[in-house]
Amino acid sequence: MERAAVYDSDLNLKATELRLGLPGRDESEKQSSRNNKRSSAEMENSCDKDEQESAPAPKAQVVGWPPVRSYRKNILQHQKNESDLSGIFVKVSMDGAPYLRKIDLKVYKNYQDLLKALENMFKCSIGVYSEREGYNGSEFAPTYEDKDGDWMLVGDVPWDMFITSCKRLRIMKGSEAKGLGCL
Amino acid sequence: MSEDEELPDLVGGSTRSSNSTAVSGGGDQNYVSPSPDQVLENVIENVLYFLTSRHDRNAASLVCKSWYHAEALTRSELFIGNCYSVSPCRVTNRFKLIKAIAIKGKPRFSDFSLLPPDWGAHFAPWLRAMAVSYRALEKVYLKRMCVSDEDLAIAAHSFPILKELVLVCCEGFGTDGLAIVARECRHIRVLELVDSDITDDEVDWISCFPDDVTCLESLIFDCVESPINFEALERLVARSPSLKKLRLNSYISIRQLYCLMIRAPQLTHLGTGSFSTLEIVAQGEQEPDYISAFAACKSLICLSGFKDINPEYLSAIYPVCGNLTSLNLSYANISAEQLKPVICQCHKLQTFWALDSVSDEGLQAVSAACKDLRELRVFPVEALEDAEGPVSEVGLLAISEGCRKLQSILYFCQRMTNAAVVAMSKNCPDLVVFRLCIMGRHRPDHVTGEPMDEGFGAIVKNCKKLTRLAVSGLLTDRAFNYIGQYGKLLRTLSVAFAGNTDLGLKYLLEGCPKLLKLEIRDSPFGDSALFAGLHHYYNMRFMWLSSCKVTRHGCEEVARQLPGLVVEVIALNEEDKETNEYVDTMYLYRSLDRPRADAPRMMVRPPLIVGKALYKYKAGLPLAGLKISRSPCGSMYLSS
Repeated sequence: MERAAVYDSDLNLKATELRLGLPGRDESEKQSSRNNKRSSAEMENSCDKDEQESAPAPKAQVVGWPPVRSYRKNILQHQKNESDLSGIFVKVSMDGAPYLRKIDLKVYKNYQDLLKALENMFKCSIGVYSEREGYNGSEFAPTYEDKDGDWMLVGDVPWDMFITSCKRLRIMKGSEAKGLGCL
Repeated sequence: MSEDEELPDLVGGSTRSSNSTAVSGGGDQNYVSPSPDQVLENVIENVLYFLTSRHDRNAASLVCKSWYHAEALTRSELFIGNCYSVSPCRVTNRFKLIKAIAIKGKPRFSDFSLLPPDWGAHFAPWLRAMAVSYRALEKVYLKRMCVSDEDLAIAAHSFPILKELVLVCCEGFGTDGLAIVARECRHIRVLELVDSDITDDEVDWISCFPDDVTCLESLIFDCVESPINFEALERLVARSPSLKKLRLNSYISIRQLYCLMIRAPQLTHLGTGSFSTLEIVAQGEQEPDYISAFAACKSLICLSGFKDINPEYLSAIYPVCGNLTSLNLSYANISAEQLKPVICQCHKLQTFWALDSVSDEGLQAVSAACKDLRELRVFPVEALEDAEGPVSEVGLLAISEGCRKLQSILYFCQRMTNAAVVAMSKNCPDLVVFRLCIMGRHRPDHVTGEPMDEGFGAIVKNCKKLTRLAVSGLLTDRAFNYIGQYGKLLRTLSVAFAGNTDLGLKYLLEGCPKLLKLEIRDSPFGDSALFAGLHHYYNMRFMWLSSCKVTRHGCEEVARQLPGLVVEVIALNEEDKETNEYVDTMYLYRSLDRPRADAPRMMVRPPLIVGKALYKYKAGLPLAGLKISRSPCGSMYLSS
């Protein structure tokens, strides 16, 4: 592509220079020097200019951008909400208890939440998880069946991975669970 | 059709004047050869009668007065590209025989909340005029207009033979209005509601259709966000033997869809509604045989809907895939794996809309299977600037390599490269519409870090049939230079967050002779660029500039120099600005009539309509001495 003649002395090299960090940051500096009042969302760019390593904070949303009609956005948001609302219900059994319970894993934020709820529900004490020892020392140990059909110790994988792979829970007697914790 | 009766008195005075030529040799002594004028009129009427293209008719009407009048008497289809470009009464005064009308209202950027609510584009004034003059109206098409329930009632009463009502991106009415149309429009064949905002008045409008056999050919209501009386719908479909197009809303479950499909196997266009199970199903209840329902629809060529899809049901559409020319999955959040078994069967597909959830891999499957593809649209599941982008230059490149006949593309993505865009420009020379939306503002080529100038430059250079372009990403003035240099057929251009200086806009206005619709937001173009288009604005339908560097003074200057324009200045906040402050939004358009009196009474300030000296028809020139006046609703305008 042949180079077009440049009429303006302002070559605006900044726009084409290679540099680290998000593009467009300098734009906000230029914008603030303009005598202009526009939607404040664009001006209040919350990007931290010093960061290089960590993920930058998301830019403030600008009105009407990206240009997707609100009708379409609403439908997709509704779908998302529906799937968010649907819940992940799993059966919970406890050794020695006469009947099972069912809980919605989405209700809990993390393992602590879940274990506390289980302790309350079954009136038992589960104790503290450790990577090396599992639930050694506790009366009960929580285990779960994952998508592959294997029985796992609750707590080994990150929470998000857990709630998507857990099919059912079983609260085992501590004595039986000993084998799992020593691996 | 006797000539004597049909000839209107066009030339003023007897058409059989004493100038008529002498009798031709031999033959009937009473025969008088028609005058040249008469011959002309006959030719005009008989030729014009067959001219359908409005461009041809516009050209014919400019030849001379008699052609103008003859054309006005014979035009039956009217297209109004901007409802404020001309007043309704001017239209009804000129054209007497209109049977079909299309009116477009708000500028496209209103879809993205860039226009204040109640800005205008009301159907009512048009309706008032047409209710008197066009009682034989058969077809109404409205896009981005405000239509009320009352309007629909009046239309139903005023146009007794109304056959087609199509409302696209409209608002202001609800199911109350639909009920009136269903009940009163006895001849309605086509009722299509597309992407419109329709309030739920909790009215069972489907039951309002008359009980006897209907002549419905098309019923499209997928955007109506309210429950439907399904039994009534089922009966309606059963008594509509001509029904070819049916698009259901998301309140219709897949089981209900099944019931409808088996009653209407003649359908050519189907919108499937939710495509999932919405009702509570009894344990062990048999699922209907969805596949056989689709198999029975041998004429089905266009499939859409899937508003809340359960992907397990997608395989039901296999029987029709081989015949489909159009498939719209743009509400279906499905993966590449879920798409592949479907798309690999769609050999005849020409139009495909999807969500980016199908990812580059899904697009590669499209590219491999759909060799006849003409139009592709890829929408984002997450319309955010910093979301994960499942589609990229990889998908675009794959499409360009597999779908060589591509004519139209709309592609949302988070990252792109010039190389892929250049490749598409070479692989798909038939492109007429190229709309690329890189969702991150000012985002460069993510591999080279360069602006996207070269990519878009290649598009305008290599795609010689290009008439519509939307640009995005990091763009310098160079990109606009390319567009001005090569975009000679360009009619519609959409720009956002692009360019460096006034030169960008200047290149466009000076270089693109066919530019009709220009919408620009958040780009650094100012007054000097604005003035560069003075020679061209009369040839445009509109120009939109928002959050640019145009001042009130600049707008007023344009209005002063071009009295045939209306220049609207829309302010978004309270403060009284100086004339050298930048305006939030400028929207200019040519108009034959006074600035509109229906500019909204806004909380803050009504849009300032700067411009339009009183335009005297035939005088042609504005009167000297402009003054500022206020219209009753508070908007200001310059007049003489």
